[in-house]
Amino acid sequence: MDQLYGYFLYGLSLLTFGGIYAMLTLGLNIQLGFTGLFNAGIAGFFVVGAYVSAILSTAESERHLGGFDWPIPASLVAAMLVSAVIGWAVARISIRLRADYLAIATLGIAEILRLTFKNETDLTNGARGVSYIPKPYENMPEPWNQILMAAVVLAIVAVLYFLLERARKSPWGRVMSAIRENEGSARAAGKDVDRLRVQAFVVGAAMMGLGGGMMAHYLKFIDPNAADPTTATFLVFVMLIVGGSGNNKGAILGAILMWTIWSATEIFTSMLPGDLAIRSAYVRVFLIGLMLQIMLQKFPDGLLPEKRLQSSDSR
Amino acid sequence: MLELDNLTKSFGGLQAVDNCSLKIASGRITGLIGPNGAGKTTIFNMIAGAMMPTSGRILFQGEDITGLPTHQMFHRGIVRTFQIPHEFGKLTVLENLMVVPADQTGEKLFLGLFSPGAVKRREAEVRKLAEETLEFLTLNHLRDELAENLSGGQKKLLELGRTMMTDAKLVLLDEPGAGVNPTLLKQLGNMIRRLKDERGYTFCIVEHDMDMIASLCDPVIVLNEGKVLTEGKMEDVRRNERVLDAYLGGGEEAA
Repeated sequence: MDQLYGYFLYGLSLLTFGGIYAMLTLGLNIQLGFTGLFNAGIAGFFVVGAYVSAILSTAESERHLGGFDWPIPASLVAAMLVSAVIGWAVARISIRLRADYLAIATLGIAEILRLTFKNETDLTNGARGVSYIPKPYENMPEPWNQILMAAVVLAIVAVLYFLLERARKSPWGRVMSAIRENEGSARAAGKDVDRLRVQAFVVGAAMMGLGGGMMAHYLKFIDPNAADPTTATFLVFVMLIVGGSGNNKGAILGAILMWTIWSATEIFTSMLPGDLAIRSAYVRVFLIGLMLQIMLQKFPDGLLPEKRLQSSDSR
Repeated sequence: MLELDNLTKSFGGLQAVDNCSLKIASGRITGLIGPNGAGKTTIFNMIAGAMMPTSGRILFQGEDITGLPTHQMFHRGIVRTFQIPHEFGKLTVLENLMVVPADQTGEKLFLGLFSPGAVKRREAEVRKLAEETLEFLTLNHLRDELAENLSGGQKKLLELGRTMMTDAKLVLLDEPGAGVNPTLLKQLGNMIRRLKDERGYTFCIVEHDMDMIASLCDPVIVLNEGKVLTEGKMEDVRRNERVLDAYLGGGEEAA
């Protein structure tokens, strides 16, 4: 019985983590899937959202800026707004760059953000991170606190999914895909491509900020390592590509599926004897990379490929 | 309607367009011909706002529009097609057309999400126009096909179709006949003529197929080395010795 209960809690944690990652993949889906923007700086927007929400909601501490005691929903909104503003500033200077150059620029910016949080020790407590971040429903008895946490995360994902599906099917989604498919032709059709690309980038960044904020509250702790590109950028890319870039359902499926694989492999590697267990962490990264390679070669459209509206569909 | 005034474009040391002045008259199909490298596409790119002229002016309906970005040229009624079809590959044929019109309520994210009534009304209009265009292009049976799966000729038709989704005044066609079989070429020519008559479009066509130019265009402007060589009816231009020289590479200028 105890074992079953353990599995149950583990399942909830998979759903919660997967759901938080789904906020990131949905955000990336707007940028990459809809609009074709190669944002390799997911970690940057994620960590901004995490710190903003953490600092605004935690109690006073002499280790870092704080004492605002905001309620969690308000601090999450602030996390989205700040990520959006930073996304806007980043987009303004880099959005005209062609695909891979945009990736290089955003990768660099994410690294700048990570180092800023690491080195501004007065603001963020530096490498030691921000702890005692409030968690929703943490005073409820177990397992209700876990169940409610997962429910809140999944409810937010559901709302985002609903909105993004509407956006995808609307003329907004259509013009974004047109930009992705042929920028020159979109310009020739009178579309203000730069403005629209900035918009997609900002909306995506806000969702990444939301994901970061949720993660900070879920883990009750945030440090600059959260902006590690392996788990906060690379893994998110793999999730979206495995699930199906351009498909909102695919983005959510990819997030939960890949998080489960990522997390479950740790169970097996932790059973290995000490030295091997440490080394095998790197094998996991290798395996994820291998999976990406296989997906890209065999199923480049992902598990749930993008679908276009047919003329018979109601709009 | 459109006037180029001493337009120049240089790429490094190369003068692709060299103090070129010409006029495109309203309600006509003007042909722009010349050997490869004469500057035809460069002129198109500058008129369409895809390239900044090095010097000179572009006047459209009396207004100076030099250097405006492409999307603003579009909103003034200048629409261009591309030499190599620029379809939106992963969008359906119907979507390729529906994305084009201006003033789409649903392209504003907020309205697209929260104002379904207004969006639906505009979508219905746009869709009706797209369906008429598909009918005109004889592509109706392919409406739900992804544009990337069309044949080369069908993509050319779609390219023309996109101009029909606009309130274009001046349509710039960059080699509409390139790689198109003779039957379709004839069909394309008829469509262009119909659009001129029925919708009052003014056309400017860059084309290498001289039969197409001869049957459609009046006047024809011949460019060579970035300058206007001559202008007139096709039959006169054809006999012009300087034109022959330019095409055959003879004459003292080319030495």
